[in-house]
Amino acid sequence: MAADHNAFITEATIEGDADAEGPLAGATVAVKDNISTKGIETTCGSEMLADYVPPYSATVVERLTDAGATIVGKTNMDEFGMGTTTETSAFGPTRNPVDPDRVPGGSSGGSAAAVAAGDADVALGSDTGGSVRCPAAFCGVVGIKPTYGLVSRYGLVAYANSLEQIGPIAGTVEEAAAVLDVIAGSDPHDGTTRDLETVADADPAASYAAAADGDVDGLTVGVPTELFEGADERVVDTVEAAIADLEAQGAETTEISLPAVEHAVQAYYVIATSEASSNLARFDGVRYGHRAESDGNWNESFAETREAFGAEVKRRILLGTYALSAGYHDKYYKKAQDARAWVRQEFDAAFEDVDAIASPTMPVLPFELGESLDDPLRMYLADANTTPANLANLPAISVPAGEADGLPVGLQFVGPKFDEATVIRAASAVEE
Amino acid sequence: MSDTSESTDAAGTDAADDPDASADADAAAVDADEVRHVADLARVRLDDDEVDAFADQFAEILEYFEALDDVPETEREEELVNVMRADEVREGLSQEDALANAAETEDGFFKGPKVS
Repeated sequence: MAADHNAFITEATIEGDADAEGPLAGATVAVKDNISTKGIETTCGSEMLADYVPPYSATVVERLTDAGATIVGKTNMDEFGMGTTTETSAFGPTRNPVDPDRVPGGSSGGSAAAVAAGDADVALGSDTGGSVRCPAAFCGVVGIKPTYGLVSRYGLVAYANSLEQIGPIAGTVEEAAAVLDVIAGSDPHDGTTRDLETVADADPAASYAAAADGDVDGLTVGVPTELFEGADERVVDTVEAAIADLEAQGAETTEISLPAVEHAVQAYYVIATSEASSNLARFDGVRYGHRAESDGNWNESFAETREAFGAEVKRRILLGTYALSAGYHDKYYKKAQDARAWVRQEFDAAFEDVDAIASPTMPVLPFELGESLDDPLRMYLADANTTPANLANLPAISVPAGEADGLPVGLQFVGPKFDEATVIRAASAVEE
Repeated sequence: MSDTSESTDAAGTDAADDPDASADADAAAVDADEVRHVADLARVRLDDDEVDAFADQFAEILEYFEALDDVPETEREEELVNVMRADEVREGLSQEDALANAAETEDGFFKGPKVS
C-alpha cells in the first residue's frame, strides 16, 4: 500500500489515548516529516536530518494523541518544505494516487497522498506558501491553512516562520475541520499563537466541524479576476461550474479585483527565502544532523557539511542571502514587505463587502513527474493563488471542485482573519 | 537585478530581445563569481556545475523579482504586541537528551570543529 506511492518516509506508530472520546478517537493520522515526533525520525525530507530523532513531540502531535488519534507514520515532503511537487525530497518523489505518473503536489505531498490512497484517515501538513492546499488540490482531498497564530508551530522545523502554519488534510471538509478543532488553540511554547478569548468576533467555544453544514444561503463570495487570469482553461471551467453550483444553493457571487496579488509570488519568494537563509543556518553539523568529515576550520567544515542540502534548498538559501545582502536589502526585502502589507490591506478591504473569496487553488493540473524540476521559476509561478493567504495571514481551504481530463481540480476559499468557520461552511457546500 | 554590476553588456540589454537572448544577457548580471560570493556568505559549498546552473537560474528569477519595483510604498500597520512570561525555572531537556543527536561530544558538551 504505502510503498506504492512512496507517501511515507518512516512508518512508525504512536498510540493515541485509548480512553479518549470524540471524533478523532481511533482515527489514524499521517504526520508530515517536518513535525517533531519524540523518538521517531523527523527528516524534513533531507539528508541533513536523515538520522535525526527529536527528544520531544510537537504540540499538535500531543494534542492529536490526547484526542485518541494514532500516528501511523511520517510522510514524504519536499526538502524542508521547499517545493511544489514533493520531488525535492532526498527520499525520492511521492506519486499521485490518482495518476502515478503525476506529482501529488507539495510540499506536503506524502500527507495528501496517504489520505487519498486510504493509508491514513487524516493527515497533518504545513503550509508556508500553499504546501497544504496544493497537494490537497492535486490529490483530490481537502486541506486547510489556518489563520496565522491559530495553530501552534512548536516542534515544526522552521522554514519561514512568519508565513507558515500546520494544517489538516482529510477526505472531507468535516473531517479536516474536526482535526482543526483538536490542534487549534494557544500554546505557551509558541508566542505567536493567539488566545481566541482575546480576538474580537471569534468564538473560542465554536466547533469547526459543526460549521461544515453546507448552508451557503445568503453567503457573499468574491471572485477575483486576477486569480483566474492565466490559469489553465480546464481548471477555470471546473472551478466556475462549482461556483455556479454555489449560486444555485443561494450564495451570491460578485466579481472583485485584487491588483496586489499580482506581486504575491515575488513577495513570497523574497520573504520566504530570506527567512530560510537565517533559519537553515542552524544546520552546522554540531548539535544535530549530518556532519561532513572535514579537516578544515570551523567555516570550512560548516560549508562542507552543508553540501548535503539538495539543489532547491541551496537555491533558496542563496537567494535569501542575496536578497538580504548589503546593497540589495532595500531593493528586494523592503519592497517585498511593502507588497505583503499591500496584499493584506486589499484583502481587508475586500472583506468589507464579501464573506469569502473563491478561486482555483492551483492554476494548473498536476504536473507530470520530472516536468518542472529543472525550471524553478516555473514551479514558483504555480504558487500564484496560494501565496496571498500566507502573506495576509488569512485562513484558506482547498476543496475538490471536480475533475478535468480525469485529474482533480481544487477550489480555494480565503476568509477573514480567524473566520475559519466561513471558509469551512463554503467548502462543505461545494461537496454537496 | 544588479544595477551595480560591473559587467559590460548588462546596461545595454534591450527589453525587446527574444526571451533566450535576454536570458543570456541577464545571466551576465549574476555571474559565477557573484554566486560563489553569496555561497561563501551562506557557508554552502557548491561544485562548479551548481555554480553555473544557479547563475542562469538566478538571472531568470531575479529578473522576475524586478516587478517588485512597481509596488507602492505601503504603510505597514502591524498589530504586534510582545508576549512575555515570568522568568521561572521550568523542566527542560536533560543534558543526555540534548546531546543525543550530536555528531561528537566530550565530557557532556557538544564538540565542534576547530575554530581556526
